[in-house]
Amino acid sequence: MNIFDKLMKLDRRWIFLLLAIVCVWSYLVPFDIPIMTEPESEAIYSFIDSLPPGDIVFIAIDYDPNNLAELHPMTYAIVEHCWRKKLKVIFSALSQNGPGMADQAIRDISDSLLVDKVYNGVEFKGREIVRGVDYCFLGYKPYYALIILGMGQDFRLPFPNDYYGTPLDSLPMMRNVINYDQVSCVIDLSGGNITDAWISYGQGRFNFPLALGLTGVMTSQYYPYLGSGQVFGIMGGLLGAAQYEEMADNPGRAKEGMRIQFFAHLVIIFFIVIGNIGFFMTRRQKKKEVS
Amino acid sequence: MKRQLPFALVFLFGIFMLFQYFVPHEKSEWVYEFLLDWVVVIGIFALALGIWSLFRVSVDKIKLRKENYGYSYITLAGLFVMVAFGFTHRVAEPWGLYFVWIILSLLCLASLMQLRASTNSGQKKKYLASALIFLVLAIIVAIYDDAWKFYFYTAEGLENSMFRAFFDYILIPILSTMFALLAFFIASAAYRAFRARNVLATLLLIAALVVMLRFCPWIQSGDTAWVSKASNWLMNVPNLAGQRAIVVGIGLGIVATALKIILGIERGYMGKG
Amino acid sequence: MRNKLLLILCLLLVLGGAPTWAQEIDPLDTTAAVDSVALSSPAPVSMVQAKDKGNDHGHAVVISWELSADDSYGDKSVIQYEVFLWKPFLYDTIQTLRDRVGTAKAHLIAHDDDSRDWKKEFRRAQKEFDEIMKGLTEAHAAYPEGGEFVNVGKVPCGENSFKHIGSKGNESGTYLPDYTDFYYRVDAVTANSEIRSQSEIIGPVQCYGQWFNTGRNPVLAAVLIFGFLTLFFVKRARKGSKLYVRPIGGIEAVDDAIGRATEMGRPILYVMGLGTAADVATIASFTILGRVAKQVAEYQTQLIVPTYDPIVMSVGQEVVKSSYMDAGRADAYDKDIVFFVTQSQFAYVAAVNGIMLRDRPATCIYMGKFFAESLLLAETGSMAGSIQISGTDEVAQIPFFIVACDYTLIGEELYAASAYLGREPVLLGSLKAQDYAKAILLIFAVLGLVAANLDFNVFTELFHVTN
Repeated sequence: MNIFDKLMKLDRRWIFLLLAIVCVWSYLVPFDIPIMTEPESEAIYSFIDSLPPGDIVFIAIDYDPNNLAELHPMTYAIVEHCWRKKLKVIFSALSQNGPGMADQAIRDISDSLLVDKVYNGVEFKGREIVRGVDYCFLGYKPYYALIILGMGQDFRLPFPNDYYGTPLDSLPMMRNVINYDQVSCVIDLSGGNITDAWISYGQGRFNFPLALGLTGVMTSQYYPYLGSGQVFGIMGGLLGAAQYEEMADNPGRAKEGMRIQFFAHLVIIFFIVIGNIGFFMTRRQKKKEVS
Repeated sequence: MKRQLPFALVFLFGIFMLFQYFVPHEKSEWVYEFLLDWVVVIGIFALALGIWSLFRVSVDKIKLRKENYGYSYITLAGLFVMVAFGFTHRVAEPWGLYFVWIILSLLCLASLMQLRASTNSGQKKKYLASALIFLVLAIIVAIYDDAWKFYFYTAEGLENSMFRAFFDYILIPILSTMFALLAFFIASAAYRAFRARNVLATLLLIAALVVMLRFCPWIQSGDTAWVSKASNWLMNVPNLAGQRAIVVGIGLGIVATALKIILGIERGYMGKG
Repeated sequence: MRNKLLLILCLLLVLGGAPTWAQEIDPLDTTAAVDSVALSSPAPVSMVQAKDKGNDHGHAVVISWELSADDSYGDKSVIQYEVFLWKPFLYDTIQTLRDRVGTAKAHLIAHDDDSRDWKKEFRRAQKEFDEIMKGLTEAHAAYPEGGEFVNVGKVPCGENSFKHIGSKGNESGTYLPDYTDFYYRVDAVTANSEIRSQSEIIGPVQCYGQWFNTGRNPVLAAVLIFGFLTLFFVKRARKGSKLYVRPIGGIEAVDDAIGRATEMGRPILYVMGLGTAADVATIASFTILGRVAKQVAEYQTQLIVPTYDPIVMSVGQEVVKSSYMDAGRADAYDKDIVFFVTQSQFAYVAAVNGIMLRDRPATCIYMGKFFAESLLLAETGSMAGSIQISGTDEVAQIPFFIVACDYTLIGEELYAASAYLGREPVLLGSLKAQDYAKAILLIFAVLGLVAANLDFNVFTELFHVTN
């Protein structure tokens, strides 16, 4: 087996090793990479930015810890943006480990809201985030399609009480909120099939503005819905989250992660190139041998 | 009759759900919501069956001393511990005998597993006795220890610091690691798949490279801004066109299959393939 | 020649797609422009109309009007319209009772106050509440005695309608009863909310639920046409018409793969993905599982079916059991062939990958709904040296399966599998119906393309589905 054959049939463990080395290296060496925003994520940012204080945004945290790297930064960036703008947020978590993710995000973002911050040149005073006033966390129920349909009738059907056991009608912000008609938009952050249910059972049936935050591998699948207008914006993977952080002037974990992702992509491209060099050289040699 | 009844039910409810889509009246909604509630109820019963299945399969592994059977203990212990944490909460400053209660309950569970796994009656008696002893001790601790309490319908259990610690520091890292493996597998799969074997494969390779380069911020502006535009175009035009074609086919397939199921033409899902 | 055709196709795609580069999503501007203009009493709105919203379950009224002559869009002073509903004072009592019921219910759930008998209080308050609600329609009919107008919503200037959507449950503060007389008024409001003009009062109007949603007529038409096509071709197939189905490599490979596993004495791993029993992909997967289980029973090979959903597990057990019985091997059936693992996506992957690496199955079959785990499963299967056959309708996962598996059923091929396996004419008939439906869709798509370019909106409106 010559060098080109070896290039073609490289043991996958070498690929794993190099990728791991590059990821660790790019994590340890701190530097920033510029982020260019795209219309898909700009649409979500400008929609939220244009809402008047007091409006309600519904954020569906439909991901498990496995998708945390890509989707958690989206949650942090969007929710902080909403709360800084004094928007109210309804959270739901329809994936099994979603409540833990939502609970963790709410705790962390509530803490960061206590501090004064300046975003895009505007100073936002720190304030306490109050459960039932600034947000309502509905919690988890199994069979997401049924829950999405049920919430279209009345949030109280599937969730008579919030995650913490308080009846929805006892929460000040929920008193006049019945169903999706009273929310400005729904943003679904998901790493699985719940997104399909939000599109077909949620948006398709109740016609609310829907935006999606998806893992990188899923993103291309949902472009048709952007084209058809069923979805008004998409944030795809870590890049989408980083773009939102960039627009909100609130750099976080996504911008940091982009550095690692970028170099990981370069490693993949490198291996594709050497695989093809091996392929072409082997083919040329074979042709020579035949002639 | 055993087979006809399920088909009749499928037909009845299938037709109802089909018409319900066109009938917005409150009465139709009521029936619809009633049926949805039933699905949730059935799901919860099925979950209990599922957990029983997991218990049985794990115990069988121990019984047959299958490879790595020790992990079965960890699986069931993890299941029990998370449920226990979720239903309990500390009410006094020290934890009291909380962890003793957890350990006693785990020993009771292990004894029950051994009881099911053991084959001779002498052993069975031994494990049954130990399970009962641990159970009684656990109940005594639960009754007399005031440092913690059971909470079934409220949020206290979910705010239990042990529950959160297990979730934040065990579950999240483990599941994130599993997902991170995908990056390695994608790299290896891309290396093997993207070879310029013919014209179509070459087009695929070029498209993949352009889309991947979109993530490179330094070539998204200036003279190389075309990469970003080309990538967006690839996503919005050829990708969209291809996806729509497949999605339309899938949509029709779903409707056709649903119709076949409602009409009783397709019976494979009941083992009549 | 083939390359030239491809080149032309690419060129066409580039030309066709080029304008999309220039497209940008318009930022959504919902803010109303507030001009500093003289704030005299504005002209009121005119032609106020109120009617039932229609195509819904009731509890909703649509109020529309002609814009005020001083609407801000005309450089004048009105910045928003506020909609008022006449409500009898009875609502105050209702709200008090509703709060009592809510408080009692909250204490009942939380068990946080033993000083009162909350169960009794809840029952008493609920009874009084139900009693008083009976008089609500009558109180509305007493207009204008014993009530006042209250604000129920607002819209920015430039908008000439408002949907007053109430709750259908009377436990909510926004409850809007059906078959009750309502009276509305619309105020044109300036930047100084004190300066406003009232419209004439419109009413009585009642809301009620409908028995048919006419906004979904296009869907009904599509269902009827498709249903007719299916029944027609099924009937034709029953009469003996020969219907051709192209060979599906992935399905044909199943038989060989089972044979291989038998020869090697290693098990077959069947993964049904993360779908629920309600997903059509999972239902199709049950059919294929039935076929695989039947052959496995005949060859006496080992089958392993780890599941993600407990209902899928129960149905899967029944399918496998039936197949073993059909194969005459009921004695060999073990309930634990199909077992539940977990409902956590990657914990499930870890478990299945563990099975692959420990038991080294000769064949891995993935049929159903798959997501990010598809490549993790297929690559591990490939490392374990298994023959792999996959099928999913999740478009994003198809490339991963194609790369890592030996055979892949793409999208609808998965649904066609049952027809292909059974070769029953009735099932083949439905495939034919699908083809014709696709042809009809294609024709409509081309006609829609032409109509959209000619601005012939009537045609595209025909397909518009409203809620």
